[in-house]
Amino acid sequence: MRQILILEQSFDPWQQIIEFQAQDLQGLTNYGATATFVGTMRDMNEGDDVSEMILEHYPAMTEKQLQAIVDEAESRWPIQHTLLTHRVGVISPSDPIVLVAVWSAHRAAAFEACRFLMEDLKHKAPFWKQEKLLSGEKRWVSGNTPGTTED
Amino acid sequence: MTVKVLYFASLRELVGHSSVSVLLESPQTAGSLWSQVNPDVERPEACLVAINQEYADLQTVVQDGDEVAFFPQVTGG
Repeated sequence: MRQILILEQSFDPWQQIIEFQAQDLQGLTNYGATATFVGTMRDMNEGDDVSEMILEHYPAMTEKQLQAIVDEAESRWPIQHTLLTHRVGVISPSDPIVLVAVWSAHRAAAFEACRFLMEDLKHKAPFWKQEKLLSGEKRWVSGNTPGTTED
Repeated sequence: MTVKVLYFASLRELVGHSSVSVLLESPQTAGSLWSQVNPDVERPEACLVAINQEYADLQTVVQDGDEVAFFPQVTGG
């Protein structure tokens, strides 16, 4: 089972997981591990207070890229179910931006695929963040922070 | 031949619009397409390109009917 959502409204990632398990995975007993990642908007970046963020995307390509990223994860790990949700539009501090959840028989595949999905999304999915600072200034976020502490 | 050119994020602001249809006399690379369509706007070094919603590079030759998108490094998640 695979669910990919691009949402213009705020969402509750934990509620989505509950609903996905209750509706889409109802009756399935083949998974033994669930790994999740939730990315949330901070109220500060690079030392500045951020009041709001606008997430722009390239709709036709976003859908293709996210499907391709999940395809790749499924080819590398024996994962059974994937839930991937990403916000676009106007986002406020503490709003969830992204949810990646992976169900697998064992933890290794769930952990590794969840990290891979998140990192590949950060590097390939056509989303762009523009921050609005408390000072009123607007600026585009120009890059990603490292995905591991060893980078 | 006609191609549709799209710009996103800071590149949309740089060129001043989000899309334009372009009539080309002959096939050319995505890089030279930028120069032809935006003769007065230098292409940023970190510019990425997608053709028909798939990543391509600036040396890829654009075909009739293609949708060519220029954008900066992606920053989702």
